[in-house]
Amino acid sequence: MKRIPLNLWLGGLISFLLVGSAILSRFWTPEDPIKMNILNRLKGPGDAGLLGADQIGRDVFSMIMAGGWTSLGIAVTATIVGGSIGTLIGVTAAAKSGAFEKVSGWVNSVLFAFPPILSAILLGALLGPGGLTSIIAIGVFMIPVFTRISRGAAMQIWSRDYIKAAKMSGKGQALITVEHILPNISAQLLVQFAIQTGLGILAEAGLSFLGMGIAPPTPSWGRMLADAQTYIGTAPHLVLAPGIAIALAVLGLNLLGDGLRDLSDPRRKQAS
Amino acid sequence: MTPALKHMRRAAGYLAILLVTSFLIFVLIEAAPGDPAEIMLGTSAQLDTVAALRAELGLDRPMLVRYASWIGGVFTGDLGASYTYGTPVGELIADRLAVTVPLTLFATFLAICISLPLGVWAGARPGAVTDGLATIFAQFGIAVPNFWIGLLLILFLSLGLGWFPAGGFPGWGEGLGKAVSALILPAIALAIPQAAVLTRVTRAAVIEVAHEDFVRTARAKGLGRNRALWLHTVPNALLPVVTMLGLQIPFLISGAVLVENVFTLPGIGTLAYQALSQRDLIVVQNVVLMFAIIVIVVNLIVDGLYAILDPRLRTHK
Repeated sequence: MKRIPLNLWLGGLISFLLVGSAILSRFWTPEDPIKMNILNRLKGPGDAGLLGADQIGRDVFSMIMAGGWTSLGIAVTATIVGGSIGTLIGVTAAAKSGAFEKVSGWVNSVLFAFPPILSAILLGALLGPGGLTSIIAIGVFMIPVFTRISRGAAMQIWSRDYIKAAKMSGKGQALITVEHILPNISAQLLVQFAIQTGLGILAEAGLSFLGMGIAPPTPSWGRMLADAQTYIGTAPHLVLAPGIAIALAVLGLNLLGDGLRDLSDPRRKQAS
Repeated sequence: MTPALKHMRRAAGYLAILLVTSFLIFVLIEAAPGDPAEIMLGTSAQLDTVAALRAELGLDRPMLVRYASWIGGVFTGDLGASYTYGTPVGELIADRLAVTVPLTLFATFLAICISLPLGVWAGARPGAVTDGLATIFAQFGIAVPNFWIGLLLILFLSLGLGWFPAGGFPGWGEGLGKAVSALILPAIALAIPQAAVLTRVTRAAVIEVAHEDFVRTARAKGLGRNRALWLHTVPNALLPVVTMLGLQIPFLISGAVLVENVFTLPGIGTLAYQALSQRDLIVVQNVVLMFAIIVIVVNLIVDGLYAILDPRLRTHK
């Protein structure tokens, strides 16, 4: 029995709590996260709920739970969409090489010049702010990352003897990719998925902080921080909770990714 | 192929990438709802006035002609006039760059000052307490959003202790001291995530290079542990660090947009963001292109730096 590395253990626990509370928020939160209660306005932790109340008396703890669903939902969707497109380009580039590889390299260089906030500013002009804009902006940014990872990993598999044997038995590139390449690179993709979802949460928080994310009143951690800035002098507690939530979520997913990597490839652990 | 020719080919490739990128930006902005002439004149404007303004702005020309004249303008410095301010976009951008460029350079400098010693320190003795501390810093630094660091700095150092202004920028004309002190907190907020990433990379690179034969030879020749570390290991570990600096540029730019917003700095990020909310699309278009140019040019420079930092790449390829 292999010992579970500390980072996997801790990362798994934090990620589990993150996903768990996000899902739970769909069914139950201590208070309704969008219900105003003006009597509780800007009350501190303990005086109104576990983490206090915001400028219109909404329960901060409930908003953090519901905001987790928003963050996770957008980040996971963006990573799945961008990651699938990127992986498809990556494994195709590894199988075909030649012109396709060159063109996909170019496409990546173009996409790489668009970090999420920049794409969101561009897309915001076209679609307006909102959840869809966030998902596309973050997803576009995931494409080159997954293309690079999956292409590199797939090329390594393509050079193995059993792939040569599969080729000689008459299997085509597509079949080999589905039967041999994808299963063999899935561990690396899973590691990247965890880490990129963390980055997606950071990006979503940034977008909603700027007011380019999901529309109110749906709670989101980034907008909670934007609102908190207005009341930073009178209600400093509002600044703490959403920031800690974002940092913990990203930390948990990063640790989970690192831990999975250490588990699947112990040699890398020594090297890095 | 001679190295010079290789570099020229690479530069030509980057130029092609830039052209494709600019076209993409142009098409996206074209497709965006809202006619610039109508926005400038307001909803109550007469149809023929709008048409006249459209003609004056050259908006009635075919799309490809307008694209070509935009790109031509990029080379001659004539980027058109802002729909809301009426000032030339080039001037507007130059004004704002006077805040953003010092901010990002300052942050990068801070990030290197933190991460290089920390990464070397951690990588020199993997598994030691110092390594553990550096790793914890790196993990947290990567996870914490820079705009939240900015808010915390305002909360504790500006409002709490009153050491720094909580935001705003007096302008370079008000004296260097005032301008720099307005940039210190934003630069720290921008630097910490960068420093975390660079610490990780530096640490990994130092550990890897420390196992190389030439380091062992240097030690066998009687060189002390620290001298071998700083004279042989560190210089050879810089390559991945420089690569990462280049890869971080898009994040630095995104970070600047956010941090400028927190500290209400009149930088390029704030300009882009305001332009978007005012639907001043010509400004959005040019700012986004400028960001893309910066990312691509920095990548070109990083490619060139490889050859300087790693002589092996010069002779063999």
